[in-house]
Amino acid sequence: MSDTTTATNDSGARPRGRVALFVTCLVDLYRPEIGFAAVQLLERAGFVVEVPRQGCCGQPNFNSGDRAGAGKIASRVIDRFAPFDYVVAPSGSCAAMLRVHYPGLFSAGSEARRAAARLAEKTFELTSFLYDIAGLREVAAELDGVVTYHDGCSGLRELGVARQPRELLKSISGIELREMNQPDACCGFGGLFCMKYPEISERITGSKVRDILATDADYLVAGDLGCLLQMAGTLERNGHAVKAVHVAEVLAGMIGPDRSADH
Amino acid sequence: METTSRQFRQLSRHALEQATLQHSLDGVREIMPRIRAAALAERGDFDALCDRARDIRERTLRQLDSYLEAFERRVQAAGGTVHWAATGEEACRIVAQICRDAGAERLIKSKSMVTEEIELNAALERDGFTVTETDLGEYIIQLRGEKPSHILAPSLHVTLDEVAETFHQHHDIERSGPLTNATEMLAEARSIMRDKFLQADVGITGANFLVAETGAAVIVTNEGNADLTASLPDTHIVVTGIEKAVPTLDDVGVLLRVLARSAIGERLSNYTTFVHGPRRDGEASGPANYHVVLVDNGRSEMLGTEFQDMLRCIRCSACLNHCPVYTAIGGHAYGSVYSGPMGAVLTPAFAGLPAAAHLPNASTFCGRCEAVCPVRIPLPSLLRRWRQRELNARPVMDGQRFGLGLWRWLNHWPPAYSLAIRCAARVLRRLSVPGRGGQRWIRRLPLLGAAWTDCRDLPAPPGRTFQDEWRRRRS
Repeated sequence: MSDTTTATNDSGARPRGRVALFVTCLVDLYRPEIGFAAVQLLERAGFVVEVPRQGCCGQPNFNSGDRAGAGKIASRVIDRFAPFDYVVAPSGSCAAMLRVHYPGLFSAGSEARRAAARLAEKTFELTSFLYDIAGLREVAAELDGVVTYHDGCSGLRELGVARQPRELLKSISGIELREMNQPDACCGFGGLFCMKYPEISERITGSKVRDILATDADYLVAGDLGCLLQMAGTLERNGHAVKAVHVAEVLAGMIGPDRSADH
Repeated sequence: METTSRQFRQLSRHALEQATLQHSLDGVREIMPRIRAAALAERGDFDALCDRARDIRERTLRQLDSYLEAFERRVQAAGGTVHWAATGEEACRIVAQICRDAGAERLIKSKSMVTEEIELNAALERDGFTVTETDLGEYIIQLRGEKPSHILAPSLHVTLDEVAETFHQHHDIERSGPLTNATEMLAEARSIMRDKFLQADVGITGANFLVAETGAAVIVTNEGNADLTASLPDTHIVVTGIEKAVPTLDDVGVLLRVLARSAIGERLSNYTTFVHGPRRDGEASGPANYHVVLVDNGRSEMLGTEFQDMLRCIRCSACLNHCPVYTAIGGHAYGSVYSGPMGAVLTPAFAGLPAAAHLPNASTFCGRCEAVCPVRIPLPSLLRRWRQRELNARPVMDGQRFGLGLWRWLNHWPPAYSLAIRCAARVLRRLSVPGRGGQRWIRRLPLLGAAWTDCRDLPAPPGRTFQDEWRRRRS
């Protein structure tokens, strides 16, 4: 990999590789701006970004015990994303699905398993791709405010994403990163869990919100839209002004008083 | 194993409404991860230690039968008797028979989750014995007729005021005056307990480990009550699960190091006792009769299956203390004496999946349990396997199966998927209302969507999907 340390080599330098953006179904539907922020960050880091026709990674099926269904969806994703140098997702959870769980969906020794393993190897969560693979150490963005970062569970525990988003956030001029109590504790989303057991989910999010509010942060930043929807919806329902934003939006400089993330 | 896990929904709702329980659970959520982390930081090699602990447990399970037989031979050589119980009922019958043979009336017990699992106290009381729990937490819930709500701190759900009330109800408090603080309550329990210890005919303990090499039953406590239970009465019965075998003393050393740090954030528990059998000739104290009851009760059926890893569990409770679901609802909501992630894997195995179907489903799969497990049990994967079995057991026209089938189909047909997402984006946009700062929100959704909006708002999508917008901008 390159030892380039900044994202400023997007001016006509030779592309560093073709990245397929796995945008995730939640971003596709709920917050397209995150997808554009990710594209911008990847292009600034010198990569050519493409967006193959895509849907879900199959995690709802996988986590609900529908392995066969998850395998079918995975085959489709593998076919479509195999031709690229890298697959990058603005989500630790979906990236972990491709990277950690896809190979196990196919029988050992099969060609499908090998194809899944090849895809897994080149799949990354966005901030870990930027930091670990692209060698990015700072971003050209400004944000005058206090942010607190929530670790999405899959990204943190299945992919080891913790340092990368924090280092990149700290490189933003004007920003203060203030850690909350137990940033690694679950937000209560849990995919379909939040719909199956809403009261328990609400209670878990309540504890999370307490920890977020205790930081007095202006922005709650996370790398997974699922967590963000859950926490943003709870903050809003309870009348708290903290803005929940995706790390890609912050790093791309899309967040700030005059750059509303709203639609 | 009897459970009320079918009522998980009602039980968890009830738990969420209990302010004092919620307060206790907040304490667990805040304090336990902190003290565990501090205890780990003290040792730079904790990860390596956990790998060794896992390897020891794995190695043991691969040859469990031979380690158990080696253990039995050692116990026999020391003058004790080993009993093999295939089921909980059989274990209860064996214990009752030993007590009858000893001519016993009064029994004392130290804390043991296996005896909770097989409901030994109820069985012994039906047979006319008087049983007294000597672990303070267990004693409190015994008086209250309750089950443990935490595998290590059984009376976690009981407040100090409730303890005082319980003691006032069951003790002759006139003797000691009203109980106003924890120290007084402890003194009260101790004064009652002293007589029970001295009068007991049989002492029943669990065991954390069974050492194949030496025949020792290792008992770990913080209160020292197990030592009195094991040594004062004339008969000592150890009741424990067959998976507790450990090859050597060195192995126990590794497991003890990870156990106390994971459980209570300490290097060691206050008391770690190695029991080797009955009083030997010339010894002044100890029981004359020594029995070990090895309980299977569904464990051997897990051996060699996809759930074998669960048998590595050393009951440290780190997974409960770090679980967002356990710390939201507490142990009673699980309807099983085993709660939290470990309980959600064990209960379907012991009580049957139909009775416990909620438990593996009620997890956010946050993975913190696996991350803190000192013997590295892949708890989320095991829960997922239960979900798979549960889903496959549902009728073909079940709603969840239909939904998942539809999702799979949509993801296989890009045009259908695009259409569905486009429709969803527009419908959701139309349902939204303006909120602060120009952001639009959905406050209320009908049908299935109510599960979201009953508890929180939903940020509105912009109405056009990323993929559509991408293609529009790039064309």
